[in-house]
Amino acid sequence: MSVIVILLLPLLAAVLVCIPFGRRWVAGVTVVSCLANLILVLRLACQVVAHQMPGTLLEAPWSNWIAVDGLSALILLLIALVASTAAIYSVGYMAHERLTPKKLRLYHANYNLFVFSMLAIPVLAEPTLVWIVVELTTLCSALLVSFYNTREALEAAWKYVVLSLMGAGIALFGFLTLFAAMHAGGGGTYTWAALVTVAPRMPPLLMQAAFLLILIGLGTKVGLVPMHTWLPDAHSQAPTPVCALLSGIETTAILYVILRLFPVMQAVPGAHAESWALVLGLISVGTASFLLLQVKDYKRLFAFSTVEHMGIILAAIGLGGSTATYGAMQQIVSHSVTKSFCFFAAGAALLATGTREIAAIRGLMRRSPIAGTALIFGGLAIAGAPPFAVFLSELLILKGGLAQRRYIAAGLLTTFIVTAFFGVMLHLNRMVFGASANAASMTAHPAPDTTSAFHLPFSCRLALILAAVPVLALGVYIPRPLHDLLAMAAAVLTR
Amino acid sequence: MSEVTRQLLENLNALAAGLFLLTAFGIVAMRQAKACLNLFILQSLLLAASAALLGLRYNAAHLYGVALVNLISKPIIVPWLLRRTSPAEIYTRREINQVLDIPIALTIALALVIGAYFVGSALANAVAPEFRGPNVPIGIAVLLLGAFTLTVRREALSLLIGLLVMENGAFLAGISIARDLGMLVELAIATDGLIIVFIMGVLVRAVQKQIGTTAVGALTSLKETAAAPEIDEAPL
Repeated sequence: MSVIVILLLPLLAAVLVCIPFGRRWVAGVTVVSCLANLILVLRLACQVVAHQMPGTLLEAPWSNWIAVDGLSALILLLIALVASTAAIYSVGYMAHERLTPKKLRLYHANYNLFVFSMLAIPVLAEPTLVWIVVELTTLCSALLVSFYNTREALEAAWKYVVLSLMGAGIALFGFLTLFAAMHAGGGGTYTWAALVTVAPRMPPLLMQAAFLLILIGLGTKVGLVPMHTWLPDAHSQAPTPVCALLSGIETTAILYVILRLFPVMQAVPGAHAESWALVLGLISVGTASFLLLQVKDYKRLFAFSTVEHMGIILAAIGLGGSTATYGAMQQIVSHSVTKSFCFFAAGAALLATGTREIAAIRGLMRRSPIAGTALIFGGLAIAGAPPFAVFLSELLILKGGLAQRRYIAAGLLTTFIVTAFFGVMLHLNRMVFGASANAASMTAHPAPDTTSAFHLPFSCRLALILAAVPVLALGVYIPRPLHDLLAMAAAVLTR
Repeated sequence: MSEVTRQLLENLNALAAGLFLLTAFGIVAMRQAKACLNLFILQSLLLAASAALLGLRYNAAHLYGVALVNLISKPIIVPWLLRRTSPAEIYTRREINQVLDIPIALTIALALVIGAYFVGSALANAVAPEFRGPNVPIGIAVLLLGAFTLTVRREALSLLIGLLVMENGAFLAGISIARDLGMLVELAIATDGLIIVFIMGVLVRAVQKQIGTTAVGALTSLKETAAAPEIDEAPL
C-alpha cells in the first residue's frame, strides 16, 4: 500500500498549500510532505533490496498498474531525495523573492504537483500511463518555468512546452506501435514486465519503429542533442529550486522510461538499440562539452552540463556489459545528487550578486564565502574531479568501455568529459577567485556593495549542507544497501 | 454482418481518413487562426467518425468510447477552455509573415505525406491483416504535418493546434493498430489533451500581457552568443 501513499502525499500537500494560513504553513507543508515521502520511499527501497529479486512486484492486486523493481526504486529514491532538499532550499529562497502570498501558494501547489507527476513515472507499470505522467511533468512544470513572468521566462516556458509536447506526440505513436507489436506477439496485459517476456515473439520491425519513435520523442525531453535546444533556456529561467528538480531529476526520470525499452529490445536480434544509444549519447556529450565553453550565464552552464551527463548515461548503456551498466546506474545517482547541489550553489550566487551573467561576477569568494565555496565545490564535483561521486561513476563507465574493447567510444567519451571539465572550471574559477579586474568599472557602477557581507538564508545553507553529504560520501564509499540496489537496477536492464 | 456492410464500413472509414488528411493540409495552408481552430474541430469529428466506423466493423465496443470522448472534448471543451484562459486576440490573428509561403509549405507537406505513406505501409504490413487499412499511413502523415505546422508557425493558437493535430494523427493510427488499449488509458489521454490546452492558454495570456502580442514566434531573446539588446518586435 505504501506506493499509493507515496503518490497521494504530494497531491494532498498540493491541496493543503492552497489554504491561506500564511507563508510558514505553505512552506512547511511542502517540506514535511517531501520529508515524509523520503522516509516512505527509503522504506520501500529497503523492502525491494531485502527481496533480492529484480522485478519483484510488491502490489499483487494492482500489479497490472503499479509495480516497483530495483530500477524504479532507485529512481523513486532519487526523486524523493532531490525533492526534499529542494523543498528545504525553497523556504529561504522564495522568502528572499518577496512574493505575494497568492503567488507563493501557486508556487508550492505547482511544486507538489510536479513532484507527484515525477514520482508516478517509475511506479506505473503500464507504458501508456507512463506516457501520460511524462506529459504531466511537462504541464505541471511549465508554469514553474514561466514563474517570474518575464519575457525570457515566458519564452523559455513556451519553448519547453511546445518542444516537449511535440516529442510526446511522437512518443505516443511509439507507445501505440509498441502495443501493436505486443499484440502481434501474443498479447497479455500491457506492462513493462509483460513486454520483456513477450519480446522474443514480437515483430522486429514494429519494435524497432517503436523504439526509435520513443527514443526521439522522449529524448526531446531528456535533452539529447539534436532535440536539446529548449533545455538550457527552461533549466536556467525557472526559480532555482525548480531548476534543481528539472535538471537533477526530471531528465533522469524521463531517461528511465527509455531505459525500460532496452531489455525488450535485447530480445530482437539485430535491433541495434545499443548502437543508437551509444551514438546519440556520444553526440550529446560531445556537443554539450563544446557548448559549455561559450556560455555567458552560469545557470545555463549547469544546464548544458545536464545535457552532457544524460549523454554519458545513455552512452554507458550503449557500451553494454555489466560494468558499464552498473556505472550508468551509479552515474544516474551521482548526477542527481551533484546537479541539484550545483543549482543550489548557483542560486546562492544569484542571491548574493543578483546577476546570472558569468562576466559580471568576479571574486565571489570575497563577497560571499559560502556561495563561492559551494560553487567551486559543486563545479569540481559535477565536472568529475576526485574524490567526488561523479568521478567514481565516470571511471567505472570508462573501465566498462575498455573491458568491452570499445576503445574508440571510450576514448571519445574521455576526451569530451575532459573538455567539459575544463569548460566548467574555466568559468567557475574566474567567477569565484577572479580578481575584480575592472576596478574602474566597479567605481563606475557602485551599486553592488562588495564590502557588506551577504547572508544566505538559513534554510538555503541547511539544504546546501544536506545536499553536499551524498556528493562527497558517494565519492569515497558506496553503502552496501545502495550497492545492492544499483546492482538490481542494472540487472533489470539486462535480460 | 454481411460482406457488403463490411465493405461499406471499410470504405466509409477510408473516406473519413482521407478527409482527415485533407483537414491537416487545410491547417498547414490557413492563415487565419480562427479558421485553423475550425478545421481542427472538423478533423476531430472525422477522427470520431473513423473510430465509430471501425468500432462497428470490428465489433470493438470501446472504440465507441473513443468516438464519444472525441465528440465531447475537442469540439466543445477545447474552445470553451480557450475562451476562459486566453485573450480573445488569438482568434483574430492572421499570419502574413510565415516562415515559408503557402505554396512551398504545401509542397513540403505533400512530400511528407508521400514519405509517411511508405513508412506507414511498411509498418502496417507487420501487423495482422485486420489491423491494416488507411489509418496507419494517414495517421503518420498527419503526425508529421502537425510537427511541420509547429515549425513554420509563430502564432500561439496555430502552434497549439499543431500540437493537438499531432496527437490526433497518433490517435488515428492508434485506433487501428492498438484497438484494445483500454478505456482508462483513452480517457486519460483525452484529459491530458485538455490540460495541454489549459496550460498553454494560461501561458498565452501571460505572454500577451508581457509583450503585447500573441505571436510567440517573436520571442527569440534566449541565445548563447548575444547578450542581445531588447528589440521591440516589429508589428506583424
